[in-house]
Amino acid sequence: MLTLEGLRYTDGAFMLRADLTVPAGRRVAVIGPSGAGKSTLLDLIAGFRTPDAGKVRIAGQDVTALPPGQRPVAMLFQDNNLFPHLTLAQNLALALRPRGGRPDAAERARIVAVLAQVGLKGMEARRPGSLSGGQQSRAALARLILQARPLILLDEPFAALGPALRAEMAGLMRQAVDAAGATALMVTHDMADARAFADDAILVAEGMAHPPVALEPLLKDPPPALRAYLGG
Amino acid sequence: MAASPVAIIAALVVIGLILGPVAALLGLGGDLPAPGPAEWLALRFTLLQAALSASLSVALAIPTARALARRRFAGRRLLITLLGAPFILPTIVAILGLLAVFGQNGALNAALAPLGWRLNIYGLHGVVLAHVFFNLPLATRMILQGWLAIPGERLRLAAGMDLSPAMVMRTLEVPMLARVVPGALAVIFVICLSSFAVALTLGGGPRATTLELAIYQALRFDFDVARAITVALMQLGLAMAAGAVSLAFARGAGFGAGLDRTVPRWDAASPWLRAQDAACIAAAALFLLAPLAMIAAKGAGTLAAQDPTLWRAAAHSLIVATVSTALTLAWALALANRAGEWVALAGIALSPLVLGMGLFLILRPFVSPLAVALPVTALANALAALPFAVRILRPEAQTVREDYARLAQALNLSPAVWLRRVLLPRLRRPLGFAAGLTAALSMGDLGVIALFADPDRATLPLYVYRLMGAYRMDEAAGAALFLLLLCLGLFWLLDRGGRTDADA
Repeated sequence: MLTLEGLRYTDGAFMLRADLTVPAGRRVAVIGPSGAGKSTLLDLIAGFRTPDAGKVRIAGQDVTALPPGQRPVAMLFQDNNLFPHLTLAQNLALALRPRGGRPDAAERARIVAVLAQVGLKGMEARRPGSLSGGQQSRAALARLILQARPLILLDEPFAALGPALRAEMAGLMRQAVDAAGATALMVTHDMADARAFADDAILVAEGMAHPPVALEPLLKDPPPALRAYLGG
Repeated sequence: MAASPVAIIAALVVIGLILGPVAALLGLGGDLPAPGPAEWLALRFTLLQAALSASLSVALAIPTARALARRRFAGRRLLITLLGAPFILPTIVAILGLLAVFGQNGALNAALAPLGWRLNIYGLHGVVLAHVFFNLPLATRMILQGWLAIPGERLRLAAGMDLSPAMVMRTLEVPMLARVVPGALAVIFVICLSSFAVALTLGGGPRATTLELAIYQALRFDFDVARAITVALMQLGLAMAAGAVSLAFARGAGFGAGLDRTVPRWDAASPWLRAQDAACIAAAALFLLAPLAMIAAKGAGTLAAQDPTLWRAAAHSLIVATVSTALTLAWALALANRAGEWVALAGIALSPLVLGMGLFLILRPFVSPLAVALPVTALANALAALPFAVRILRPEAQTVREDYARLAQALNLSPAVWLRRVLLPRLRRPLGFAAGLTAALSMGDLGVIALFADPDRATLPLYVYRLMGAYRMDEAAGAALFLLLLCLGLFWLLDRGGRTDADA
């Protein structure tokens, strides 16, 4: 599904290499020490950064030269996932019609249905500012579901939530990804989040994004770089 | 976002509009007369009045700012807001107000008559008086900012050591002033160098003519294009030299955010200092408000009894203000980045009359300059307001880009959708504020229009000036009050429009 071929990215003294494949339909946690390049890895896949060398392939297609919006990727950021001056319905309509124009009846019905699916039934006319943190995350998840892209990238999307909400959102996210049959990568610092969401893990450490391995065994017997980060 | 081609085109248009007139001045003049005694006299007067205006404004602003910094009183916030008002106050209105107080038949002369004294406002001191009226508030705001920037901890320390007011002055206030005052002096000096409307109304004659006024006189009265070009080149050189100097002091006065707080002071509680501060504030408020009150009082009577030509002039002004506001906002949106700010600033080097003179030379072979008076005025006003508009929009535009450009890219929003659905709605408040300032500035401007206009194409400020010139002072007061109300109304309406419903 996702293949990074001889990928190399440098920015001053910072350097990240990746040579790996993620099979279709896997949910992968991206873990590793702060500053190792987890978010950079996602930016490279999404197209917000350009690699110095190597290729990014998604579903067999070489997307290395494509701008972010034209890659078959949907992404959640740490914050600013919704435009605060638009209602939820307007935010979601924009995701469906990025070139402008009003959503048709079928699209409007989908927006209503997806909002109900994530537990925001009847909140079409609300603006993000009037929602709780958990509700905002759900609205952002609704956008991901509507975009229906085969590859989903999550860059610490729950960083602002409390522990109970995080677990709940990780579960919701997992259901949504599975229901869509999508492949997903999630950057997280929280091993509980990683366990709740993912089966596999990509370890990013010492300038290298390692190929995905099963998450549980990795956490049980971490290599030295990961052990130092996890702390004991 | 993908706005970079738009930004480049906008920048090229602005640069073209600045360089085109300069090239026309340099190239189309043919054999230019060397500056004669009259021109050197005008240069001398320009420098002298600017130096006097700057020093007096700053000298009076220091005690006023200090009083505002260390006193709390009812109406303080209102007074500080009013200190920002001269920015959008039409020059001609202020001049009429000053004439009503300090003029031949003004309130002050009426009071002094029994003593046998008589003030004459025309000449150097009148020009300086008007410039102090406009720039005292600006200087006060700049220096007040300096006072409020003195860290509270230092003042606490000074209080803990029981320093006398004189010692606080020496250890804290004098060093602050040494930092702030040069900038204030430079800004006001540069503003006064290109004074036109004030010199036109209160100066004149060989002893009180600025270079800007000399351009106008050479063209309108002597029909001497070559000499007008010579003077315009002198003014251009002066403005560029002054611009280079003031860039060295480039520290913006800002638009007054955060001037609302007072610094707690322990050293200024003596009754003598209280009285001194109260007197400063009262005197400044009286000086600034009395002329406006006079206009309101005198104008209210004649507001209804105006000639129908007033409405035509007002309609012209409204159209000019609308066009220049639209132009400025479109430019400012495209140029709302760091490089754009420099491009917009370049427009300031060109004084309105120099720009007007250049455009006059470019257009003369094709159309009668009189026929394009209004479009040229709208263009010149748009360029004049551009630096302020860019300065207001840039920080917020940058924030919107930082916060949402990634999301927009991830959603693959087209540039048009980004502009319409994200950038414009997010920039409502600063757009409203910038639109209000531009519209009010353009509405009240008396500059290029004087150079080009015939009686059929007057704007409202020019109409007021002509009434003054015909000594129809009562009617002039009514028209001036109308102009003032239009300016404030436009500003209020547009600024307000940006604020309503601008939630989240």
